Amino acid sequence: MTTNPSVITPAVGQKEGQRIPIGEWLIENLIRLAGLSTIVIVVLIFLFLVREGGPAFLDIPLRQLFGSRWYPIEGIFGLLPLLVGSLIVTVGAVTIAVPLGLICAIYLGEIAPTWQREILKPLIEMLAGIPSIVLGFLGWVVLAPLIQNAGAATGLTAFTGAIILAYMSLPTIISISEDALYAVPKEYRDGALAIGATQWQTIWRVVLPAARSGIVIAVMLGIGRAIGETMAVMMVTGNAANIPTLSSGLIFEPVRTMTATIAAEMGEVAQGSLHYNTLFGIGIVLFVITFAINSLAGRIVGTRGARRTGGKL
Amino acid sequence: MKTDLWLWTLVTVALLLLSGCGGSTAQAESTPGDQRAIQNKGSDTLVNLALAWAEAYREVDPSVSIAVTGGGSGTGIAALINGTVDIANASRQMKENEYEAASANGIEAVEFTVAIDALAIVVNLENPVSELTIDQLADIYTGRITNWKEVGGNDAPIVLLSRETNSGTHVYFLEEVVRKRDSDNKDIFAPQTLLMPSSVGITSEVRRNPNAIGYDGLGYVDTSHEKTIAVAIDADAPFVLPTVANGADGSYPISRDLYMYTAGQPTDAIATYLAWILGPGGQRIVAELGFVPLPEN
Repeated sequence: MTTNPSVITPAVGQKEGQRIPIGEWLIENLIRLAGLSTIVIVVLIFLFLVREGGPAFLDIPLRQLFGSRWYPIEGIFGLLPLLVGSLIVTVGAVTIAVPLGLICAIYLGEIAPTWQREILKPLIEMLAGIPSIVLGFLGWVVLAPLIQNAGAATGLTAFTGAIILAYMSLPTIISISEDALYAVPKEYRDGALAIGATQWQTIWRVVLPAARSGIVIAVMLGIGRAIGETMAVMMVTGNAANIPTLSSGLIFEPVRTMTATIAAEMGEVAQGSLHYNTLFGIGIVLFVITFAINSLAGRIVGTRGARRTGGKL
Repeated sequence: MKTDLWLWTLVTVALLLLSGCGGSTAQAESTPGDQRAIQNKGSDTLVNLALAWAEAYREVDPSVSIAVTGGGSGTGIAALINGTVDIANASRQMKENEYEAASANGIEAVEFTVAIDALAIVVNLENPVSELTIDQLADIYTGRITNWKEVGGNDAPIVLLSRETNSGTHVYFLEEVVRKRDSDNKDIFAPQTLLMPSSVGITSEVRRNPNAIGYDGLGYVDTSHEKTIAVAIDADAPFVLPTVANGADGSYPISRDLYMYTAGQPTDAIATYLAWILGPGGQRIVAELGFVPLPEN
């Protein structure tokens, strides 16, 4: 590994000939180190989570763990309201962000003239650059009063959180689906148009199906962004450990997400207590959910990709 | 092998950097000279106030450094009994058995009332309700009353606001109002209660939401932007508004004294520190942090 014969053969001077292999060796190993360190860190994090959060699943009876009340200072650890809270906010955010993001990507990639693209793309990247706390603050100051005036008992609801999260995951969804559309070969469009398809038919029947795997990745990454977001959600969802009912409007009720619970309660909890373990237990649940989403995305992309190349090429 | 070594170095450095961030600012600095260190521990309700006092006192007397830690009133009192702290902070009075345990260790605990904690019940300025009993408040916060018309207001849902569960104020409100000082009462806040991360979160939601009700330390309340509710202990008792005067004379029901305990009559540095806390310099900070200063006598 340390010597590279192709560099040593030319006798242009020993010094120069040796310098390059050392540099190469260094860079190669730095890259290897960087690559390995991410794997090691993920494994360490997971082990730490299991060590700190594991006791929660052993010490709390399962029936209580899936109970409907979360009141940790009295030893009531029902995770159901937190799970439901995260679920409602995330599903809400995805429902808003996916159609909006896809339409935006299609417009950018297929319809918009170049000069519009050049203005819009940097603007969307700027949206990605807005810190989540700023969006949360906007939600608290602008969006929450609007929703309250629209008739909700309070503006701090799952819906408010869903809108903020939707805007937070939009840039991810737009730019990745746009890349996927861009990667569709131009011949596909030419072919479709040549046999008399309209632009809309080309987009809907040819380009979108061809870009499907990239779009699935975009949606999954958007979900990942939404479920893990903490601060902004904490500011606008009201943090009531409450299971909304259909009759009460479901999405127009305050909820408490898993991430917000960890953030709000971690600071004051006694290390090693059951409450502390349970907060890490919530971390494990989040980890498992994100992992499941990512592997699902991987599988969908894998099968679709294989089918496409197998069928068409 | 070399990569492993690198990796471990990297991890170690990262951990060292991380652990460096968590250092306590209240730690006594060991500078030579006649430095006097005071150990101060106890109530979490008092911990911010105690920290603010300790910080401000550095400018008054730089030779005294005060280390403040929380942990709860019981922890502080236990440490005083064991002789490991100079001053214990407590949001309740010492119990008889604690006094006995202290004297068994040869320690005579001396009590100082250092500030008053009064919780104002706040609603929106448009809300017609202006008086509530503790019973009504308990029913509201446990979810037995869910509409303002049941307590004489408009036909509108009640939006409950509370501090997060890790707040000492939350626990105080739970014991004092939700459970009405009954230690056998196991009622808890209704699940619909919105938990706000800060006092400011409560006041700003109350200001814009006509259906909201919340509680806050008196220092956070501005009566030109939100309305305070007059509270009565029961239906026969008078309704009392939360004001500094009513908090100080004890007529406002949701208020309590906050204490500091010393081991024996305080001497030199501890005595001057306590005198400063009870004087105008210390009491100004009490007001700044949203507590009720002691009445001037």
